[in-house]
Amino acid sequence: MIDRNDVLHVARLARLKLSDDEADRMTGELSKILDHIVTISELDLEGVPPTAHVVGAPDALRADVPRPSLPREVALAQAPAVSGGGFLVPSPQAG
Amino acid sequence: MSTVEYEAVIGLEIHVQLQTATKMFCSCALGFGEEPNTRTCPVCLGLPGSLPVANAEAIHYGLMIGMAVGSELAPRSIFHRKNYFYPDLPKGYQISQFDEPLCSGGELAGVRIHRVHLEEDAAKLVHAGASGRIHGSEASVVDFNRGGTPLAEIVTEPDLESAEQAGEWLRLLRTTLRRLGVSDVNMEEGSLRCDANISLRPVGETELGTKTELKNMNSFRFIERGIRAEIARQEAILRAGDKVTQETLHFDPRTEAITSLRSKEEAHDYRYFPEPDLPPVTITEAMLERARAAMPELPAAREARFLDELALNAESARLLSWRSELGDFFEAARAAAPNVEPQMLANWAAELAGRVDGDDPAASPVTPQALADLAGLVAAGAVTQGGARQVLDRLVAEGGDPAAIVEQEGLGAVGGADELAPVVRAALEAHPDLAERLRGGDMKPIGVIIGVVMKETRGRADGKEVTAIVRSELGLG
Amino acid sequence: MLDLTAAGAARAIAAGELDPTELFEAYRARAAADELNAFTWVADAAPEPADGPLRGVPLAVKDLFCTEGVPSQSGSRILEGYLPPYTATAVRRLEEAGATLLGKTNQDEFAMGSSNENSAFGPVLNPWDRTRVPGGSSGGSAAAVAAGLAPWALGTDTGGSIRQPAALCGIVGLKPTYGSVSRYGMIAFASSLDQAGPFTRDVTDAALLYRHMAGADPQDATAVGHPDTIALPSAQRLDGVRLGVPEELAGGEGLEPGVLAAFEAALQHARDLGAVIEQVSLPTAPKALSAYYVLAPAECSSNLSRFDGVRYGMRADADDLDSMYTETRHDGFGPEVRRRILIGTYALSSGYYDAYYATAQRVRTLIVREFEQAFTQVDAIVTPTSPTIAFELGSKTADPLAMYLNDVLTVPMSLAGIPAISIPCGLSEGMPVGLQIAGPAFSENRLLDTAYALEQVLEFDGSPARVGAGA
Ligand SMILES: [Mg+2]
Ligand SMILES: [Zn+2]
Repeated sequence: MIDRNDVLHVARLARLKLSDDEADRMTGELSKILDHIVTISELDLEGVPPTAHVVGAPDALRADVPRPSLPREVALAQAPAVSGGGFLVPSPQAG
Repeated sequence: MSTVEYEAVIGLEIHVQLQTATKMFCSCALGFGEEPNTRTCPVCLGLPGSLPVANAEAIHYGLMIGMAVGSELAPRSIFHRKNYFYPDLPKGYQISQFDEPLCSGGELAGVRIHRVHLEEDAAKLVHAGASGRIHGSEASVVDFNRGGTPLAEIVTEPDLESAEQAGEWLRLLRTTLRRLGVSDVNMEEGSLRCDANISLRPVGETELGTKTELKNMNSFRFIERGIRAEIARQEAILRAGDKVTQETLHFDPRTEAITSLRSKEEAHDYRYFPEPDLPPVTITEAMLERARAAMPELPAAREARFLDELALNAESARLLSWRSELGDFFEAARAAAPNVEPQMLANWAAELAGRVDGDDPAASPVTPQALADLAGLVAAGAVTQGGARQVLDRLVAEGGDPAAIVEQEGLGAVGGADELAPVVRAALEAHPDLAERLRGGDMKPIGVIIGVVMKETRGRADGKEVTAIVRSELGLG
Repeated sequence: MLDLTAAGAARAIAAGELDPTELFEAYRARAAADELNAFTWVADAAPEPADGPLRGVPLAVKDLFCTEGVPSQSGSRILEGYLPPYTATAVRRLEEAGATLLGKTNQDEFAMGSSNENSAFGPVLNPWDRTRVPGGSSGGSAAAVAAGLAPWALGTDTGGSIRQPAALCGIVGLKPTYGSVSRYGMIAFASSLDQAGPFTRDVTDAALLYRHMAGADPQDATAVGHPDTIALPSAQRLDGVRLGVPEELAGGEGLEPGVLAAFEAALQHARDLGAVIEQVSLPTAPKALSAYYVLAPAECSSNLSRFDGVRYGMRADADDLDSMYTETRHDGFGPEVRRRILIGTYALSSGYYDAYYATAQRVRTLIVREFEQAFTQVDAIVTPTSPTIAFELGSKTADPLAMYLNDVLTVPMSLAGIPAISIPCGLSEGMPVGLQIAGPAFSENRLLDTAYALEQVLEFDGSPARVGAGA
């Protein structure tokens, strides 16, 4: 039910490069998995609400009190590229 | 040539930064103007393993906004993830709200509110310049100080019809938010950003036309100009018999050009789903009570009070309630001079508003006491309207005490036959032909005579009194 | 001294009979000489232990727990060499109780796998038979504890990642109630399912380690802690304890005969201790696996979006933004992670959300309700932990779906958020078989007592795994 175009579309959404070979193989594997998974739709789920969280934590809010931030050198320490105190990336507009 | 008239249908989407002490989902202090990346932590940098925890004060502010516009407040509010990739979005998703926003529905000054929800702001992306190129290509630098700032997103129904109306309504919204104390709404710092959805349809048509979205405008003037330009663009397209394309647009305030954004990009699919790291927020009675107790008098209520209790005219009531700093100044001046007639004081407040930069007259050298005193001098006849305007000019420029300025500048009203009669007599003698016509019952030239007297007295005479003296000098009874 | 349980070592240290530095050094030497590829990082020297009830007891920690200044890579190339600026709450709590960080253990990449063959740092070998897998995703922690390279270890369980490797390696593994242990600092796989728990040689150690992990955390909105103090188990009998056997899971279908035999022998032991064995029904349980393989990939597809080459980790050499994203994520993620990101993205995407994600959430509701219903009838539910014993390395890597079926007995409890423990209950073909005992939310004390009573009569001997496993 999932075809090669669908696979390429979701790979695009997920920002994953797929070679032609990988796209073919992935289409086969995902079809098989999704065919198995989609059998959940055979269940009678009339009137059954969805569950997103299994714990209830009614007071899971945070008081608005500042805490120290990371020193900048620590924040930047693991970055692949930095410039002028920030994280350097290729420009979104370019290319 | 087509005779079809078009009307615009405009809806607004406003993002307002809330002035909490900390970010929406972490304990970093909000940052404005600090060195880049000095207000970050594992959460707002999206480090592996970090988790968001919602800021109770942001929820409180959200409830206050909802109450101010009469929204229905959700008993249980759910955060969703909005998934997309961009370098200013550290987790690859924005925590926002989707189908269960904090506030639904409502209305502000006749414009229906669709919803108000909370979300986190993106970081700031700035061009790196020549020093920071990557393999010779253009590069940008990300500063996460702003990332995670709490935002209230306010979405209206398409109830606005013109750029001017949109601008005026946004000013009221800003006043309301400032009154609530939930945001400083400083547009220069980008704490209010507005998108406008705009479509045109022939007058009389009920179905909506194809809309475009004008993105990310951050000054009232740009918003008005942008909307006006987009309405003109769409009207030209429709008049040429073409179709408007649904797209996202950018308005450049310098060139007035409207350009398409994301034209190259594939259609968005944000894959919203409930944020598993955040349990639903239960809005308790205690939270509602706290928000209710914190509600100030809002512009609409103030307008009604000014109309009912102070009997101001409609124009003054709206001006002084929609511009809350001016209203506050007016109320302070009233307290300083309870005996001055409110409408008169309101008129002088409006005069003042026209003379000061910015929204807050309290930032000028004029004090509420000075404005009250000035109105009192006018009421007592000690200075004329014209004289008082000159006093106000001085007050705005350098402050001071109105009575002293009147004294120093000799702006005191000239009154009574003793002082005015010689001036009138001189004027009639200088214009014998006019005096003759007046004697003959043709009253038209009296304006000229009054003008001469006003000039001689530098505006310190009262026009009615001058008229009376002219009549008695000419024996007209 | 390496034969001591963790609780035993803690007692000996507290009594002044054992030098913590000596103990740490002995384990450090074994871990450093690890031939199972169980460790991805081993400490250079003994850290100064905090003065607490676990003072000086070395602890192995799954790679995906962030540990300040220590590589925390979640088994992924995209995080190779990543040094976090902070330590996960669960680890910090244990360090504050006196535990010392011995090393980080290998795992399936981002905890996605059931065999530990999906690690960027190579597969882990099962100490009972080095041609076989240790299970996953916490395979390194399980193998390290089974082989005696560490007295105990931390793992995480999303759909069985503690229980299944514990079963396959012949040790004890506890997946606690969702929300009882903080997830702060655990590199997320699927947020609504992930939960940290202990790997130990016996049930008493599991109780001891869990006691010091559990607790609410202001930095994790889903961490509510545990309402009770976790006691060290002491039950000798199971008189009147009602144990439910769900026919849908433990009826024999899909189970290896040797696994079924060991399970039935364990049930007989339980009867002998006074327990009442009843049949219960979990009608939707057979669909739990499918629901799980929608929900977990959906959450992971979003959780793993942060690995974009901007702020940390690997970045592919690219001069435009789009290539930087797509190539970094292609080169940095292994095939199973990419597969699950694609499944999850598909399940959330426009047009498919209702058929997959929303439907799976409804199935989850049914699973929750059916467990609640079953627990009105019985005190705990028992099944084998895994349908098979540890399988040969490489035997299932070509068939993702066959690999997913390993989790069929453990995912229902994960979806319900309820606690479940796996204890070794015998051998099949010379390899360990695990017994899974699951209870209602926050019933850990009773689960541990039940497991402890059974442990005493099962008399499982784990020494074959420890013989010659290390240096
Ligand atoms: Mg928004
Ligand atoms: Zn932060």
